[in-house]
Amino acid sequence: MASVLPYGCFTHAVVRGIPETFGKVDNEETTTDLAKAQRQFGVLTGALRQKVGLQLIEIPADPELPESWRIEDVAVIQGDTALITRPFKQQRRREAEAVRRVMSELNLTVVELGAEEGGSVGATLEGSDVLFTGREFFVGISSHTNHRGAEVLADTFRDFTVSTVPVCVGTRLKNICSMGGPDTIIISNSDGAKKTLRMMEQLTDHHYEVLTVPEGAAANCVYVRGPSKMDFLLHPPTEECPDSVPAFQKLTDYTLLPTACSEASKLGGHLSSFCLLINRKPYF
Amino acid sequence: MTTEVGSETEVRKEPEKAEEQPAAPESEPAATNQTDEAKAAEQSANDHPAPATDSAQAPAEAKEKQEEAQPADNATPLEGEDTPASPPASEKKGISRFLPPWLKKQKSQSQVGPKESQAAPKEEAGVASVKEEDGEKGEQAEAEQTSSPTAAQPQVEEEKINGEPKPEQKEEVKSEEKEEENHSTGSADTQPAKEEKAAEESQEKSAAEESQEKSAAEEETKEAEEGGEEKKDEEESPKPEGGHSFIKSPLKLTKKVKMVMCHVTMLDGSQFPCEVEKRAKGQYLFFKVYEALNLLEKDYFGLSYKDNADQTCWLDPTKEIKRQIRNATWQFAFNVKFYPPDPSQLTEDITRYLLCLQLRQDIVSGRLPCSFVTHSLLGSYALQAELGDHDSGEHRLDYISDFQFAPSQTKEMEEKVVELHKTHRGMTPAQADAQFLENAKKLSMYGVDLHHAKDSEGVDIMLGVCANGLLIYKDRLRINRFAWPKILKISYKRSNFYIKIRPGETEQFESSVGFKLPNHRAAKRVWKVCVENHTFFRLMTPEAPIKAKFLTLGSKFRYSGRTQAQTRQASTLIDRPAPYFERTSSKRISRSLDGAPMINVTEPQESAPTSGENGREPGLELSSDFKVEEEPSEGAAATPTEGTEMKGDEPDSSQQDLDKTQEDVLKHQASISELKRSFMEATPEPRPSQWEKRLTASPATSLRLQAQGSADDKQKSGEAAWQAAEVEIEETVVVKEIRVAPKGSVTITTPEVITPVAVESEVEKPKDEVMEEQKRPVSMSSDSEEEEEEEAGEYHPQVTVSASVDQIKEEPEEEGEEEEEQQVNEEPVAEPLPEPVVEVKAQPVPAVVEENSATEPQLAPVAEESPEDILVTPDEAPNGHAESPEGHQGPVALEEEEEEEPRVNGDASHSETERLPQVICCSEPPVVKTEMVTISDTFAAQKTEIATKEVPIVHTETKTITYEAAQLDGSGDGEPGVLMTAQTITSESLCTTTTTHITKTLKGGLSETRIEKRIVITGDSDIDHDQALAQAIKEAKEQHPDMSVTRVVVHKETELAEEGED
Repeated sequence: MASVLPYGCFTHAVVRGIPETFGKVDNEETTTDLAKAQRQFGVLTGALRQKVGLQLIEIPADPELPESWRIEDVAVIQGDTALITRPFKQQRRREAEAVRRVMSELNLTVVELGAEEGGSVGATLEGSDVLFTGREFFVGISSHTNHRGAEVLADTFRDFTVSTVPVCVGTRLKNICSMGGPDTIIISNSDGAKKTLRMMEQLTDHHYEVLTVPEGAAANCVYVRGPSKMDFLLHPPTEECPDSVPAFQKLTDYTLLPTACSEASKLGGHLSSFCLLINRKPYF
Repeated sequence: MTTEVGSETEVRKEPEKAEEQPAAPESEPAATNQTDEAKAAEQSANDHPAPATDSAQAPAEAKEKQEEAQPADNATPLEGEDTPASPPASEKKGISRFLPPWLKKQKSQSQVGPKESQAAPKEEAGVASVKEEDGEKGEQAEAEQTSSPTAAQPQVEEEKINGEPKPEQKEEVKSEEKEEENHSTGSADTQPAKEEKAAEESQEKSAAEESQEKSAAEEETKEAEEGGEEKKDEEESPKPEGGHSFIKSPLKLTKKVKMVMCHVTMLDGSQFPCEVEKRAKGQYLFFKVYEALNLLEKDYFGLSYKDNADQTCWLDPTKEIKRQIRNATWQFAFNVKFYPPDPSQLTEDITRYLLCLQLRQDIVSGRLPCSFVTHSLLGSYALQAELGDHDSGEHRLDYISDFQFAPSQTKEMEEKVVELHKTHRGMTPAQADAQFLENAKKLSMYGVDLHHAKDSEGVDIMLGVCANGLLIYKDRLRINRFAWPKILKISYKRSNFYIKIRPGETEQFESSVGFKLPNHRAAKRVWKVCVENHTFFRLMTPEAPIKAKFLTLGSKFRYSGRTQAQTRQASTLIDRPAPYFERTSSKRISRSLDGAPMINVTEPQESAPTSGENGREPGLELSSDFKVEEEPSEGAAATPTEGTEMKGDEPDSSQQDLDKTQEDVLKHQASISELKRSFMEATPEPRPSQWEKRLTASPATSLRLQAQGSADDKQKSGEAAWQAAEVEIEETVVVKEIRVAPKGSVTITTPEVITPVAVESEVEKPKDEVMEEQKRPVSMSSDSEEEEEEEAGEYHPQVTVSASVDQIKEEPEEEGEEEEEQQVNEEPVAEPLPEPVVEVKAQPVPAVVEENSATEPQLAPVAEESPEDILVTPDEAPNGHAESPEGHQGPVALEEEEEEEPRVNGDASHSETERLPQVICCSEPPVVKTEMVTISDTFAAQKTEIATKEVPIVHTETKTITYEAAQLDGSGDGEPGVLMTAQTITSESLCTTTTTHITKTLKGGLSETRIEKRIVITGDSDIDHDQALAQAIKEAKEQHPDMSVTRVVVHKETELAEEGED
């Protein structure tokens, strides 16, 4: 069963490079620093590969797809099944092509959200609205993800409970929470996040430890229990969330990996946006 | 039972029957007992090749004989008359001819007469509790039997018990009528209040059973003789069956009782045919099936059937089958009813195996959605369990094509399954099953029972009932979840289903959520499932240190079975070598039902049933034996077996009970009510077990129901009412929890503090029952759906009937509702008063000790507890007399003994209205401490039910003593209490149920915690109630040293018979 292993056991990470068009979305000029973003990306991938020990698969950047670095949105992977999502923005849907190829190469079972125009018409789903806890899925119903998309997700991952939770306007589920361990949810301290957390607590059959962080930016971390059986947590550095770092230090026996993503944050991104985590180790 | 002479008569009858019935062959066999016997022997040899041990057979035979006799009666009055006399053996033989080989086997066993007779007595003794039920059945049966000359002795006994000396012939006729009409007329006569349900069934069945039990010795001897007679009867019985139509066919041999052939689809897809009396309770069939399966951990399972609307319903073991299935076919399915969240905690492999089969069924049917990988993995474990290690030489890829792993199975999946199968090498079948379950239990929809519904906005949703609570789905998405602890009340009204939600930490008021079901039946169905699941899973009382060594029962209230906690407890006592069983299922499952299955079923049955089973499980075993026998001789045996089964369920002191009942009957023969009482009484004393309680409780409730039912459906009322009553009981269970919450919320409404706590349950009925009662109103639906609906409307009922548990039970649904409200109103005021004197003189069986620890004492010292105290003794369900208004003296304790049970709807309503005022009264008296002792006997007015139906009345003496410490005003806000624990400890002679409510109240910044403990001690008359009470209070103090005991209410209920003893 897919749920045999606790959350966090990954062997591979799929990332996509920062394109030159980084930050140039919708013709809006932002103050992002491309070079800095690329540096931060490099640090991140380096940490995943060298510190955590994951096999890293990097899809080349595509200037035609300025947001393709947010690879998290394009697919939801659990076990050996990869659901290729349908981003809300029409122009982002081409991002899936390269990801789909990689998934296939990894021998994952690829499921297309939009493959059949029957029930999924109008369904939109983005990975940054999906929180998989190892036991169940929470799907944030946001401006980018709707119920139809969540239904397809539920239909794809039938072994698991898929619960929908409301997300405050303008944010994504992964903006306010992320997994900090097999049974730990890191969540921001905002009112909206609290509301979402309450709903999650109501909906779940399980009990999760909740690690509340004062800064919203700190709520998104990347937890990986690497091949070395060590607990790693990639989290925003002190510069980005000075008040939250002490909270992370409560996590005992964790290897904390401060990883900057300030440039991505300017675009609404976060650490987990950069990577798709996969476990290709057979667990039967 | 009658002697061989009777057999002669039977023989005569048999021919007659044969003539009458289309099944001519039967008549022929019947004609000659000897021939029949010979045939039976042959049949037995063929049918029961297996192991029907003599002992097992003997009891079974006895039952069978009885049953046979009954069926015969049903079949034809004349026959019935004859049949009683006819020895069972003859019947069996006759039946055997018609019956399939296995059935014949049973018969043959029965033929073994002497052995059987010996065994029978044992069984009878062992199955006292069962006997109670049986007794009811027995009444009917007796009636039937009485009709038959041979059965004369047993009949007489039975009659005595019933208190109704019906002419045998008449009885027979009645029995037939009853069967046809729902027991209406005939049952009415014989059946007293309680019997409502049981009585009817019991009459038929019990008649046989009772006769057996009572005259166990006689029966023994008789049985031997009867053997022949029974055989004859069996032959005869087929006719009646034929008359009934259905499946009865030739197999059924009933002299007096009509037999019906039930077909149970087992989990492996096989068909398990089982002949039962037409009026048999669900229990009978359950036992037959469990016996056949050799299953001990049976509480997770149930029997389902399709109602007229093709909706799947659970068969209630405590009710007659016929009333539940109504016009549907006697086709049932053995299924898992409660999916254990952690199958690894099951004790026996066979249980896990059956769970695996169920899950495979769920998977294949799509009820349990799985991913591809999971389908493959589970399939591979299934293969490993059934086929063992993968053999590359022997197992080609197509070897699994016979198996179905998923709703839609692909070649790819099969390949995956094989691939995974290879990895399981070395895994034993049991291990493979365990692995299967370990993976299956994690599935999202594991154990979730889905029901279509609409939300308040008309959006299609699904209600999922599971071990943890109520889940709300929209499409496949979970959009809400209400854990049991968060649900204060579950109710339904018409086609609406409501849950009241406990307010969150930051919320002040509880909220209600309503769902629209397709129809009333669906709403009731959901409600029932919720009640049962809640009871089964939630009331395991994690805290509960188990005092009792035996079973710990949660609150049984509505749900009549054991809770998971109890089941687990019981499972620890299982001490038998792992039973052998054959894993054969998957192919059949996938392929659909083959005719072959029956064989499979029979095999296990055969092996286990006869002797071994009895020895294994005392209660069950006894019953099982009977059952087993019956099974073999389906037709003839069936009827008697039912009775026996019942006994088996309640294996207490069947004979003794019967005896008692008889005495009682003698005393009260004049009135039907008396009869009812006798039954009631008999049951309670002997049975410490919950079943007994249930049974007893059910009657009362049934009475109420009947009343309602009568109003709505006069015709239906009889059966329906009974069922409804039972249902109600279940409902009440829910209510309790609900009530707890309500208390808090309600508090605002009435300054009066009606402490529900005060309510003391009758000996038989635990406090929980009270809760149940409240619920009942809502649930009542089943038989008298309309009524129920009405009740539901009443919900809010103003009446604060602090009805004691008993009362509640008896009280109509409305009352129950009222009670709930009342409770709600009641505020748990913590009174830091000196501990009330524990000196509970009363021997009260149920003593309620309330401890209030008010961190900050509330203003008003006077607590109006009295209302709570009001105990309604639901002695006789039938008439809903609200006698409650017995003085609430003083301040605190008000005791009301209500003899409610106005079965008539109208009556019920009246009672309610009356009660309301009463309640008010109760609330008024504010006294610091008050001792109220109320003794009420509810004897009269119990039969109020519809004319056709007589409700058995139980006389109960109720004494209530309340000790209160000065209380502050409870008018403050009562916040929802929390049902912390409910545990029942059952030992040999007594049953202790402890229900703890913890209520926290914030007043003016002061928080007070009030703990109400209801301790219901039920047991034989020889219980030292004083000691028990003292112990209970002592324990309460020890547990909460920082709190003070503010009130002690002792409510003692004693049945009349018991009273006499006292």
